[in-house]
Amino acid sequence: MEATATTPSTDTTPSEPRILDREPLVLNNRSYAWISNRICGIVENKQPALWWFLFLPSVVLTGIMAFCFIYLISTGVGVWGQRTPVYWAWDITNFVFWIGIGHAGTLISAILFLTRQKWRTSVNRAAEAMTLFAVMCAGLFPAFHVGRVWMVWFLAPIPNANAIWQNFKSPLLWDVFAVSTYFTVSVVFWFIGLIPDLATLRDRCKPGLRKHLYGFFALGWRGGNRQWSHYETAYMLLAALSTPLVLSVHSVVSFDFATSVVPGWHTTIFPPYFVAGAIFGGFAMVLTLMIPCRKIYGLEDLITAKHIDNMAKIILLTGTIVGYAYCMEFFMAYYSANKFELQTFMLRVFWNRESAWYYYCMFGFNVLVPQVFWFRAMRHNLFAVMVVCMCVNAGMWYERYVIIVTTLERHLIPGSWRTFDASWVDNWTFIGTFGFFMMLFLLFLRFLPVIAIGEVKGVLPQSDPHHEPDREPGVQEEDLMDYPDRHVAKTATA
Amino acid sequence: MSTTLKRVHGYLAEFDSVKDLYHAAEKVRDAGYQRWDVHSPFPIHGMDHAMGVSRSKLPWFVFFGGLTGTTVAFTLQTITQTNFWGSIGLGFLEKIVETYPTVVQGKPTDIWTLPAFFPVMFELTILFSAFTTLFGMLALIGLPRWNHPIFASKQFHKFSDDGFFVCIEARDPQFSQEGTKGFLEELGGRNVELVEDAI
Repeated sequence: MEATATTPSTDTTPSEPRILDREPLVLNNRSYAWISNRICGIVENKQPALWWFLFLPSVVLTGIMAFCFIYLISTGVGVWGQRTPVYWAWDITNFVFWIGIGHAGTLISAILFLTRQKWRTSVNRAAEAMTLFAVMCAGLFPAFHVGRVWMVWFLAPIPNANAIWQNFKSPLLWDVFAVSTYFTVSVVFWFIGLIPDLATLRDRCKPGLRKHLYGFFALGWRGGNRQWSHYETAYMLLAALSTPLVLSVHSVVSFDFATSVVPGWHTTIFPPYFVAGAIFGGFAMVLTLMIPCRKIYGLEDLITAKHIDNMAKIILLTGTIVGYAYCMEFFMAYYSANKFELQTFMLRVFWNRESAWYYYCMFGFNVLVPQVFWFRAMRHNLFAVMVVCMCVNAGMWYERYVIIVTTLERHLIPGSWRTFDASWVDNWTFIGTFGFFMMLFLLFLRFLPVIAIGEVKGVLPQSDPHHEPDREPGVQEEDLMDYPDRHVAKTATA
Repeated sequence: MSTTLKRVHGYLAEFDSVKDLYHAAEKVRDAGYQRWDVHSPFPIHGMDHAMGVSRSKLPWFVFFGGLTGTTVAFTLQTITQTNFWGSIGLGFLEKIVETYPTVVQGKPTDIWTLPAFFPVMFELTILFSAFTTLFGMLALIGLPRWNHPIFASKQFHKFSDDGFFVCIEARDPQFSQEGTKGFLEELGGRNVELVEDAI
């Protein structure tokens, strides 16, 4: 290659530039055994003190959450802060907040799988687990918001003595189906991904209860190619099914608002706006959890700077889309010439002195702060990434508060305008769900492989049957496989 | 002294790398073996071709699973919310399900309210497809099962860590105690082991 560059040749067309090596997905040429040992070691060894330091407060917070719900049931819905006109308050805000966080997992597992983003393998397992736990937190709020939680089974289409069926034309019922389907399919997807890794844990265990339990859930996996063949098809099918599903869930959540006639909610931009926001908030939560995880458990070779860089870029992209949606929403309020719509937005941003600061927090945290990710130095600075992710986590909660609560506070009848005050039960229930979420995630770290062992092994260079260890540097095997002619041209010029 | 009866499952040979396993699989395929498999910690790209395994039929199951979901959702919603089945002369279907009509939202009660049913039809399509994927896959790969003769091997547990194995089963018509062992050694297999489990 260099010879063609230095010696003058009669051929005037410039030689094809050398293809740069891709950044490796696993650093330091780690072996298969190293990967098994490192990831299974997290489950097999004693947990660090920090694990207990986080776990015990999480259990306490979960207890507080349980107490708040029991207090709510035994006393009545009045212990929450909802008063006329705000009847969808913290509970629905928290529901949308948590369900939004629950979008990153399936996005990483499904959409990034279909688009062949191999870097997903290091983060998909933890993100999927996070998704399930976030959806569990989300599901609590509407269940209790129905008021008589013991009647919550009325949400399911079960024949009953009253012969009353659900109103299938209502977006609230669509939501029931969307969220429960999303949760179920996410569990299935997560479990199918876990089967080979449970087999790894099973095969490493000493005989005993643990081996039996891992063996039971590994279903007798033997890793034969006749199994892998169906397994891979199943995985791809689930990815293809989950891709529209993940986009539909938050669209359906947004229909709860968009199909109503409330000014500020009745907007066609809501579905894409909600989906972008969900992915945005979800990735921020993935990074919030994974950056400490990789540090504590020494996973720097598996979750590399490249992974964090990629996720930061997704946060930048979706954050900017969300920013566009904020501006477009306001513009449409003006352009629609609907004075109620415009009044809602003027109140939301300027006139409602008591609640406008929520809007500024939302805009600042979600749109302005992530712009620092334009700079590579910021994407590679873990402290900066953590700060931005924390801002996004908070900002996305503010967004839902702005959409739901501040809109209802100033609705069509000025006579009933009232600013929402959260009660202590509201506050502690919400804080409690963070404990519940953390508790489940810490238990996941303790008992299940946090990184998909089999999948990470599969993206190592030596896992390609056409791998040449002493290949020409700078040429990718996948390039050679996809473009055989190009390979010929390259060897001819070399 | 007790005697244990043992049943021969087959020969298991270990290979050093994905590449060796891939080329070994091609040769086992070309030698005409039928009942054999390669075991690896992760799916190997192109191994189906190297083994001569045909494409999975799972997508067909899932297609019909999905159609079932759509149909269930359509039927559930139209029977309980519309007069559609009566209007096409199948009113007895509506009689099966006892319904108290909930006239709300001013939406039509005939089939033209269908667009409001799309979200649930979509979700149930995905739900039924996902379950078909899971259970169809398990049926096709013959899991779950409590045990398998191959687990009697002393080295097989490495398959889930960094071991690459070829196993030719004794059920294969071409299997022979000496010939198959020699064949696997010729391919470059190490630790060729006769896997037998107690019965």
